[in-house]
Amino acid sequence: MQIKPILSALRRHKAGTFLIAMQIALTLAIVCNALFIIHQRVAHLSEPSGIDEPNIFVIKSEWVGAPGTERVDAMIREDLQVLRQLPGVQDVTPSNSYPLRGGGWDDAIKLKPDQLQDSSGATIYFADEHFLDTLGLKLIAGRNFRADEIGHMDMRYKLAPPMVIVTKALADKLFPGGDAVGKTLYLIGGPATIVGEVELLQAQSVSQWASAFAYRSVIIPERLAISLGSFYIVRTRPGQLDATMRAAGKALFAHNPRRVINEDDGILSFSEVRSRAYESDRGMAILMGVISIVLLAVTAAGIVGLTSFWVGQRRRQIGVRRALGATKQDILHYFMTENLLISGVGVLVGAVLAIAMNLWMVTRFEMHHLSLAYLIGGVVILLLLGQGAVLAPALRASRVPPVEATRSV
Amino acid sequence: MFTYYLDLAMRSLRRNRMLTALMVVAIALGIGASMTTLTVLHVLSGDPLPGTSGTLFYPRIDPRDQDSYEEGKEPPYQVTWIDGMNMLHAKRADRQALMTGGSVPVQPAQSGLDPFYSDARYTSSDFFPMFRVPFLYGRPWSAEEDESKARVVVISRKLNEKLFGGKDSTGQTLRMKDTAFRVIGVLDEWRPNPHFYDVDTGKYAASEDVFVPLATSRDVRLEHDGSTDCWGTGGDEEHAETQPCVWLQFWVQLDSASKVAAYKEYLVHYSEEQRALGRFVRPVNVQLNGLMEWLDINKVVPGDVRLQTWLAFGFLLVCLVNTVGLMLAKFLRRAGELGVRRALGASKREVFMQLLIESGVIGLAGGLFGLLLAFFGLWLVRRQPSDYASLAHLDLTMLLATFVLAIGSTLLAGLLPAWRACQITPALQLKSQ
Repeated sequence: MQIKPILSALRRHKAGTFLIAMQIALTLAIVCNALFIIHQRVAHLSEPSGIDEPNIFVIKSEWVGAPGTERVDAMIREDLQVLRQLPGVQDVTPSNSYPLRGGGWDDAIKLKPDQLQDSSGATIYFADEHFLDTLGLKLIAGRNFRADEIGHMDMRYKLAPPMVIVTKALADKLFPGGDAVGKTLYLIGGPATIVGEVELLQAQSVSQWASAFAYRSVIIPERLAISLGSFYIVRTRPGQLDATMRAAGKALFAHNPRRVINEDDGILSFSEVRSRAYESDRGMAILMGVISIVLLAVTAAGIVGLTSFWVGQRRRQIGVRRALGATKQDILHYFMTENLLISGVGVLVGAVLAIAMNLWMVTRFEMHHLSLAYLIGGVVILLLLGQGAVLAPALRASRVPPVEATRSV
Repeated sequence: MFTYYLDLAMRSLRRNRMLTALMVVAIALGIGASMTTLTVLHVLSGDPLPGTSGTLFYPRIDPRDQDSYEEGKEPPYQVTWIDGMNMLHAKRADRQALMTGGSVPVQPAQSGLDPFYSDARYTSSDFFPMFRVPFLYGRPWSAEEDESKARVVVISRKLNEKLFGGKDSTGQTLRMKDTAFRVIGVLDEWRPNPHFYDVDTGKYAASEDVFVPLATSRDVRLEHDGSTDCWGTGGDEEHAETQPCVWLQFWVQLDSASKVAAYKEYLVHYSEEQRALGRFVRPVNVQLNGLMEWLDINKVVPGDVRLQTWLAFGFLLVCLVNTVGLMLAKFLRRAGELGVRRALGASKREVFMQLLIESGVIGLAGGLFGLLLAFFGLWLVRRQPSDYASLAHLDLTMLLATFVLAIGSTLLAGLLPAWRACQITPALQLKSQ
């Protein structure tokens, strides 16, 4: 196939050629970045929480009236008893928060009391001795809390537990040499000895602002006894989640009606928690997907439309070529190659545009640098799209009979 | 002449239905996507208090200790109780209010209504006149009632409907956290967007249902919500009044530029005085941001929304380039017809006008379909669970913007093809026939 005649033909259609190439370039730039955004968001929402998600649900129970700390703690312990007696319940734990909740109590961790810069931020999880078992956490070093070590406190007191359990992510950050168990860290209220280390536990917020201390959590042996109420995390036996969720609210109200459990979000299964936490990421990924597909479709339709016009315009030339001995194959190849040339220029410009657009987004939005794989993938997609789109009009061109050469219009 | 051209345009568009449909759909998709995202952006970056926001300012000072000190860093986003009270009582601004958010257990007296929690705002008295909060019944509390920790409450129209059937409930009793409060006012509909006065309790949250004097809320030990940042030995909520923690928002109204300058000077003096007393240890670091500036600093408009808007406009650009290409091909294809018209005496200008009208018709049709798509897109946005979802409505400005954008961009897209088509030499076209 000779490229020269194609080039000289394109020279006669400068504006059209330029427009198609530009459309391909812009499409490539947008689609590459959109696919990359999808990749980022999907990677983010696939991060593991470290807990037994299918069997966990969370109850938010708020107290009515103004009970004191001691009274609240007693009521919490009664509630735990009530929940534990439900047939489907495997274990229950009270806490101030849970992974993916969206926010809560974070604290600065130091290694020395007089340290000026914090060593790390960390999510604070209040826990009793059932916390690890309820969430299904894996203890990789040290030990769990004992029942007699669990205290209770109001938000009004300073956070100063004698001992804590930390996640591996935090232990590795604080003590890169390993063996964090037995060492001391400083919370805002004072020193605490690390007695255990769990493998994985996601933070309560997965937003950008909390990403600096993702997976770094401190579990403290306290029940949070405030009149505003707190969370009960319930782990059910496999397959009994729905039934237990329905029974739990009723059982709690039957035992003690002076409480509020919000109808909309008072009792949430962990899958709901997860979908709420990542709602915006999923929405963004879907939107980017739709934009990419529609954009590719528009570009393909544009190529079909413009090439069809060119074919219509050149019927006589095609007829002449056929009469002079060109085969149907030759005509087909002519239009396919023409498109490949235009697309080639388009994707080259598009690749530069895609990188420029990505660099700009890195400075303005929470974006990472575009990986080369996405760029190459985008280039391949657009080249294939161009070839696919041009196929129908090119086939039509190849069917132009040689006799066309003798017709005047 | 216009109607004749319009007739010609319609004939031409009908002759090639597929192509016309393709151009209209491409424009409609581009317009639909851009207008959906632009409307969301427009709603989210709006002025919460038009006409008043220019006089509202958010003062900040830096009371923290030397821990993690870095030069040039912003002062904290909230104030401590001591500083807030000092500035409130200094009364250096035209109006000032110290506030925080919270959550209160409401215990309805009516049987058949279970207790429930309501979002609340604990604030000093200037809140209502300063933010132009409309009252349906009753009145706000006075500074005296605030100081004397009066058990009074102002409720929203929504809560009044739920508890008192929408009747004038002033003078009635409302029980919250086992304490009886007297209802002294009921607000009319009021939902400033964004929730500017406290962005930590939901950037686009609805305004609260319960308003209680700040001093009263501390006295009754109502729970406060929102961000609390402590340093040193802070964190003792029971004595939050003396703790080194920032947890309150302080707003001032300053009616002139000179007052703004004077207030900034006051903030510097105040910080210096506190440094001399030994309460502040960091170098003086004050900020006095206007309301809109404060929203910018807090980046209230989600990055995702801005990113979506940019991408949607990129999408529109591709759709337009697509349309330019198709129109160009189409107009040039009609070289013969245009050549005849030119030979029969139509000037270049007239041919140009004819073709522009044709592209304008495409733009209008694309705009109409695009508008439908935008309505659909906004309906989808409203079904999202984000706190701004319910705000996503097309207003008149955006409706007009849609048509201006659709027709403007298609006319622009039609310029090049129409101009190229005018360059046709009539004689050459006639000869080839």
